[in-house]
Order: sequence, then structure tokens, then C-alpha cells
Amino acid sequence: MTAELAEPASKIELPAHIGGGGEIPTFDVTLRVRRYNPEVSEDATWEDFKVTMYGTDRVLDALHKVKWEIDGSVSFRRSCAHGVCGSDAMRINGRNRLACKTLLKDLDTTKPITVEPIKGLPVEKDLIVDMEPFFQSFREVMPFLINKGHEPTKERLQSAEDRERFDDTTKCILCAACTSSCPVFWTDGQYFGPAAIVNAHRFIFDSRDDAGDMRLEILNDKEGVWRCRTTFNCSEACPRGIQVTQAIAEVKQAILSRKI
Amino acid sequence: MTATIDSPRSGKNSSGKISPQYRRTGASRGNFEMFAWLFMRLSGVVLVVLIFGHLFVNLLVGEGIHAIDFGFVAGKWADPFWQIWDLAMLWLAMLHGTNGVRTIINDYAEKDSTRLWLKIVLYAATTVIIVLGTLVIFTFNPCPVVDGVPLPGGFCPA
Ligand code: SF4
Ligand code: FES
Repeated sequence: MTAELAEPASKIELPAHIGGGGEIPTFDVTLRVRRYNPEVSEDATWEDFKVTMYGTDRVLDALHKVKWEIDGSVSFRRSCAHGVCGSDAMRINGRNRLACKTLLKDLDTTKPITVEPIKGLPVEKDLIVDMEPFFQSFREVMPFLINKGHEPTKERLQSAEDRERFDDTTKCILCAACTSSCPVFWTDGQYFGPAAIVNAHRFIFDSRDDAGDMRLEILNDKEGVWRCRTTFNCSEACPRGIQVTQAIAEVKQAILSRKI
Repeated sequence: MTATIDSPRSGKNSSGKISPQYRRTGASRGNFEMFAWLFMRLSGVVLVVLIFGHLFVNLLVGEGIHAIDFGFVAGKWADPFWQIWDLAMLWLAMLHGTNGVRTIINDYAEKDSTRLWLKIVLYAATTVIIVLGTLVIFTFNPCPVVDGVPLPGGFCPA
């Protein structure tokens, strides 16, 4: 079977003054992908792919091109392709990013672009890691509204200021970029990790929620917030720009002021 | 013929989904880690004052560094103020440092046995230094007399 384009280029007649797609500059990039297939070998290896990409393309597009046109066995997760679902966090040039939000032209295309799975979670194949430990910690902080009062007949109202208090941490898409950038998590997989704390923060500081104390108690664990070393790797990694380290510090403060 | 297909995401070992190094071994009770964290911050602030005060008095005031000798130390420890000052510095610095190293061991030691042994060595060293230091601060005798003969020093009243 000849290599056939999975997605043929769309043909739209554009008037000359608008200009065609050809105006977007193209360039060659080398994608250096960390390959791992436990059914073949226990060792992970690097594999280089050379692809011609456009200036508007992202790392995800390059991965698609590789998978669709060169080697269909390259495995990675992605769903929305627009930075919403959080499934394609990976280590690109040594930094945790979403492949669908990283433009190739923003990287140094003269050198190979390294693409690895996120660190600290067990790799299943190529760029796919087992997210179960990550979600286990997420579930443990009870990321849902717990309200002791009577169920209101209409919506639960909240002032704009009260809503603002936890606005930043509502943005999390559970991509695990933060947790897998944390050096504490790399060596101690039992640490709850920044993402779980961010999602606890979202409910701890919600005026409509009544279980803040329970969540603070859960995070006052030896594997909880006190494990944080304030290295700011998580804040730097978060594709949603959440001030993760600050959220962790606020949870620390809340535990302290409750206990003392 | 029937075939069994593992449910997706059942993991390699069917016994449990999450491999053991990720499973938290029971919730820790107590607030030890919280107090350890708080202690690091508070002792850090106090130590800045104590250490710079110590350096200033020893190295800059009066004759400065040239005045330091056996007698200088003896003179300082004759004063309860400096005894308390040095005692606080010793205890806070030792506990601050020990807690820091304990944290580093927790962060970097991967095997349980390595972690245990490193901590035993750490706590033993800390205990020896704190006990010895405290003893010296309170029992320091600038003019020891051994077998009726005062040891040479030159600064003791004859
Ligand atoms: S806090 Fe940011 S980096 Fe962490 S899981 Fe949520 S979106 Fe991803
Ligand atoms: S594919 Fe959904 S966030 Fe990148």
C-alpha cells in the first residue's frame, strides 16, 4: 500500500488578492521521539523523523504527520487538539507542554525537537503514560461540591468577590503537566502532587462548599502540601497559566491558620 | 468459543490498578510535618538575627577578629546572656539543619533501607553535637586544675 494522505488538503478557490495557503512559509524539522514498546523491548530509544511543516503548525501537527504518513505505530494521546481536554501533555525540548498549544516556529527548528512522555508516571507506550496514580490523588481530595445545608430550589448564589477567590484554580484541565514536572513527585510517587492540591483549592475556597476542613485535613498529610519545596516548576509548566505554587501556598496558609 | 478480553486500563498486574510506589500507605496522623515546616521558617528568621549578631560581636566590635582567643570565649561564656545566645544558636541551627537534611533524604533516597540508615546516622550525629555543645556552654571552665596544677593559659588569676 502506498502511503496515502489520511487527510487530503482541502481545495477552496481563493481569489488572487486574498492569497493562497502557499504564502505560509514551510520548513523542515526533525522530531526526536522517545519510543517505548514493552512488547518489543524493555528499553526506550530515540527515533528521528524529518518532516516538512508550515509556520502555523504545532508539535501536535508534526506528530500527526509522522503517525499518518511515516510510522503509524507512533502512539500518543490527544483529543480536542485545541488545549481544552488536557490529554496531550508531553515533555517537549525538556519542558512539559501541551503538544497542541506549542507552535513549531516558537521552538528552535535548527535542532531536533525532542518529544518525551511526561516524567514520573509509568510509561505504557511511546508518549502514553498511565494516568491512574494521578487521578487517584485527584479523587482523594474530593473534587466535588459538598454542601451540608438544604438543597436550594434555585441556584446557589455567590458574590463576585467570593467567586474571584478561587477563579484561578477553576481553569485546570487535568493534563498532569504540573505534577509530572515536580521533582518531589519524580522520586516520591505518593506525593499528592500540584494538580490534586489545585483542585482541592478550587473547593476549599468556594464559599458554597462545606467540606473545606476535610480537604485541608487530607492535605495535612506527610505526602500532602508540606512536601512542596516551592520550586515553581508546576507554575511554569501549567498550560492554563494557573499560579499553581501560589495555590499550594494558600492551602498551606489555610491549614496553618486553622490549626493555630 | 469464548475469549476473555481484559478490561481496558486494568494494568499489567491484575491484582491492583496502581503500582505500589504510588499507593499512599495510610494517612499520617498528627501535625508533625506542619510543625516541621513552620519551625524551618521561624528558626530561619531567628537564626539570621543570632548569627549576624554573633559575627558582629566577635569580628567587628573592639579589636575585632584579633581579640579572639581562649580567654575571649571564656569571658563571653561567663555572662549568662551569651550563654543563652549561643545555646539558642546551637539548638536552632542544629535542628534547622537536621530537618533540612531529613527533607533531602526523604526527597532523594529511593530505597526504604537507605532512607532508614541515613536518618539513623543523621539523628545520632545531631544528638551528639547538641549534647556536647550544650555541655560545653554550661560547664566551660577557663582555668581547669588538673592534679592540683593549673593548666597553662596565661589569662587566669594566679
Ligand atoms: S494545574 Fe495546570 S498543569 Fe496542572 S493539571 Fe491543571 S491545567 Fe494541567
Ligand atoms: S489535545 Fe486536548 S489539550 Fe491538547
